[in-house]
Amino acid sequence: MPVTIKKENGIITVAISGDIDHHVAKEIRTQIDLEIDKSPLQCLEMDMSKCDFMDSSGLGLIMGRLRKCSQYKSDFKLINPAPKTMHILRMAGVDKLIKIENTDVTSGKE
Amino acid sequence: MKLLNEFNIKFLSKSENESFSRIVITAFVSQFSPTVEDIADIKTAVSEAVTNCVVHAYKNSTGYIQLSAKYYDNGKLRIIVKDKGCGIPDIEKARKPLYTTDAENERSGMGFPIMESFTDKLRIISQLNKGTTVVMEKNIGCKPSI
Repeated sequence: MPVTIKKENGIITVAISGDIDHHVAKEIRTQIDLEIDKSPLQCLEMDMSKCDFMDSSGLGLIMGRLRKCSQYKSDFKLINPAPKTMHILRMAGVDKLIKIENTDVTSGKE
Repeated sequence: MKLLNEFNIKFLSKSENESFSRIVITAFVSQFSPTVEDIADIKTAVSEAVTNCVVHAYKNSTGYIQLSAKYYDNGKLRIIVKDKGCGIPDIEKARKPLYTTDAENERSGMGFPIMESFTDKLRIISQLNKGTTVVMEKNIGCKPSI
């Protein structure tokens, strides 16, 4: 599974690599929710730096996790979404509901 | 307008074939020197159409999805995604942003709106219990390389 989950001081960081489509979204959702439900959560961060492709199934995954975070009254943050991902988020109006952070992904790479 | 190239394939409505369909359409379109933006749009639109077949058309069954594309000398690409599944009862409703019949599985209801936004033209033909045909057209900016 192209997902790595890190947990530190109530912050869960999920790094997704490759494509998010309907086929993989369910498994990613199960893995994230398993971690969220385990212990108190302050913030869920989805790191999209290495996500090459996302369609409406990925949007469903993001909206679903946002809903889950608001149930736990925790923050949700999306890191480095691709321009196409932003386009899809804007179409659904989700870009206004979540925190989006763009770090300089080119630095630190060789 | 003259037809320059065409493909037509049939595959089972397994979710594994969503990525397969993206690879196929990307490989086909790559011959015509598309922009990176064009490829991303087309890949996303095809992924949405094929996912609809897997999730909705053949909800409780497995059937064949037919994916075909034609490319013309005026730069027009026409993609057809066809299934013989359950059909869409209300196409107008289905086209509305955020409308979904499957919210419990976290479907976002953005499939058709994305197809519409990422291509130049979208046509949906559907008959209950007979199937659905989605026709998408997109002009690819660059001149054909063949």
